[in-house]
Amino acid sequence: MNRFLRIFSASVIALLPLAAQAELAGDADRGAEVWNKCKGCHQIGEGAVNRIGPQLNRLFGRQAASIEGFSYSKSMQRAGNDGLTWTFETLDAYIDNPKALVSGTRMSFPGVKDAQDRADLMAWLRRYSDKPSDIPDAEPTARLDYIHVDPAVFEIKGDPEFGEYLASECTTCHLRDGSDEGIPSITLWPEDDFVAAMHAYKQQLRPHPVMQMMASRLTDEEIAALAAYFGALEDE
Amino acid sequence: MTLNRRSFLGAATATAASLGAARVWGASHGKPRVVVIGGGAGGATAARYIAKDSNGEIDVTLIEPTRTYYTCFFSNLYIGGFRELSSIAHTYGTLAAEYGVNVVHDWAVGIDRDAKTVSLAGGYTLPYDRLVVSPGIDFIEGSVPGWGVETQNAMPHSWKAGSQTQLLKAQIESMPQGGTFAMVAPPNPFRCPPGPYERISMVAHVLKETNPTAKILIADPKEKFSKQGVFEEGWNKHYSGMIQRIGPDFGGDKVEVRADSMELVIDGEVEKVDVCNVIPAQKAGRIAELAGLTGANGFCDIVPATMQSRVDENIHVLGDACNAGDMPKSGFSANSQAKVAAMAVRAALTGSKAFPAKYSNTCWSLVETNDGIKVGASYQATEEKIAQVDGFVSQTGEDADLRKATFEESLGWYAGITADMFG
Repeated sequence: MNRFLRIFSASVIALLPLAAQAELAGDADRGAEVWNKCKGCHQIGEGAVNRIGPQLNRLFGRQAASIEGFSYSKSMQRAGNDGLTWTFETLDAYIDNPKALVSGTRMSFPGVKDAQDRADLMAWLRRYSDKPSDIPDAEPTARLDYIHVDPAVFEIKGDPEFGEYLASECTTCHLRDGSDEGIPSITLWPEDDFVAAMHAYKQQLRPHPVMQMMASRLTDEEIAALAAYFGALEDE
Repeated sequence: MTLNRRSFLGAATATAASLGAARVWGASHGKPRVVVIGGGAGGATAARYIAKDSNGEIDVTLIEPTRTYYTCFFSNLYIGGFRELSSIAHTYGTLAAEYGVNVVHDWAVGIDRDAKTVSLAGGYTLPYDRLVVSPGIDFIEGSVPGWGVETQNAMPHSWKAGSQTQLLKAQIESMPQGGTFAMVAPPNPFRCPPGPYERISMVAHVLKETNPTAKILIADPKEKFSKQGVFEEGWNKHYSGMIQRIGPDFGGDKVEVRADSMELVIDGEVEKVDVCNVIPAQKAGRIAELAGLTGANGFCDIVPATMQSRVDENIHVLGDACNAGDMPKSGFSANSQAKVAAMAVRAALTGSKAFPAKYSNTCWSLVETNDGIKVGASYQATEEKIAQVDGFVSQTGEDADLRKATFEESLGWYAGITADMFG
């Protein structure tokens, strides 16, 4: 999985309907307290610099060991070169037990064992990750409690034929074969993820201006149709 | 059983009869025929979508003179050294082999709208049920006094990509130290509104590295230009003191050129220059004019919901050649329009479902390494025109990461749109 897809997937997880992903719903305000365990070594926010650990602005979607000027362990560098990117999943595993994920990491920290604490911490970290120009006072863009989608929206059955026509607007940029050369893949997503992501753009929670514009004029039925079409897209 | 003469004759007669019947059937009940003139962002996309979505029910012929098509978009990045020329070169093999498009490399030289035929320079005449005209632009003769096709090697336009782009790049690279690069920018409306200013950025990028005392002079007939704020911010930041733009208030609209002496005359004042990129005023590609499809401003008026010509319902005009209301003349726009036209053509010829037209556009430009900017909008068809619904533009003061992401996004878009055009 490439970096862009990872960024996208990471945010989608947080956008899933409450029932489906309750265990991942982090409370950023609580996360600010968990952060106290980290701030002895790491900085975040405006003017954050590398200290004992690297600064953590824009952590999500970042390749491991990619902050210039920070001296990483060989182990972390290798992990980064091998493609380790910080997502909800990878970060959750790392914060749970750093050495289990990156055996030679210099981060001497036993880990945060409580899953809810980790989710809260990540929700907090996420505030500094979405839109570079908004740092440090970015509105959190991917918090569950910020997206308001009527559960009925997820029940709409999309018409793939309609989706195919609408999709022609997407494929000017997104490659139909699902590859990513600078613009994320949107094929073969679970339909609910697709619907949640599009509504997050529509509500301007996800930050990208092109996608906000595209999503803003899509109806619930059109989003469902696109989700149905791209979710089942085979090679032509 | 041996074949005797009677049965042989019988079989022959039957074959002849069935061939004859097929021919008659072909003439009266054959597949509908679509001819597409122009293999760029409008034409190639239209041909591909009509062929793909009709599943063989429509015969599609694409007429494009060049076997290798160089996209105008990203040709500035080639000038700046960010792309190889080969990376913006495309061929039509996939459209022919995978989508069954009949690709004819020839010039369309005439359209008989009553007979519904297109004649080719090679002598053939092609009948159509629907015609898609997407010929791009031609230049208005005399719009820059002193410039014409006979001087286009001395003063390249490079506004159609390929050999002209190569020529301009070579001229920039062999400029004397401290020399002057001049651009005569076009008046509105023209192909690719941010294009001249992205080109200036790319030329400055090259000169900053190889010829840092060189100067860049723009003679511009327009008061304002696309993404002006972010372009000018970038020029100040990256190429301070190198670029001078002369707008209409200082005679940028009163320009003539002298190719023999490499001189640019701005409002009577003579400037000796080393490279002169003349981008003349523009009109629809000549075939549109020959067919009587063009309106008062030299471009073709269209029906916003279907991209049909206002003067001939059997013809759809796409891209730079049409008056697309609020949409700019861009490859993205042409690609977007082509999908609406393809849907309308299929609906008319095969009765397939037609959905409401949706249009969109985004133009990315590169100012300097990893400093990408963009402008875009969405549009809808009203009775009167294609009208803007929503839009955005890059802001001054954006941080470097966002600009880098914008540039990377443009690379993704290039891969996306060229796959959407050529398959």
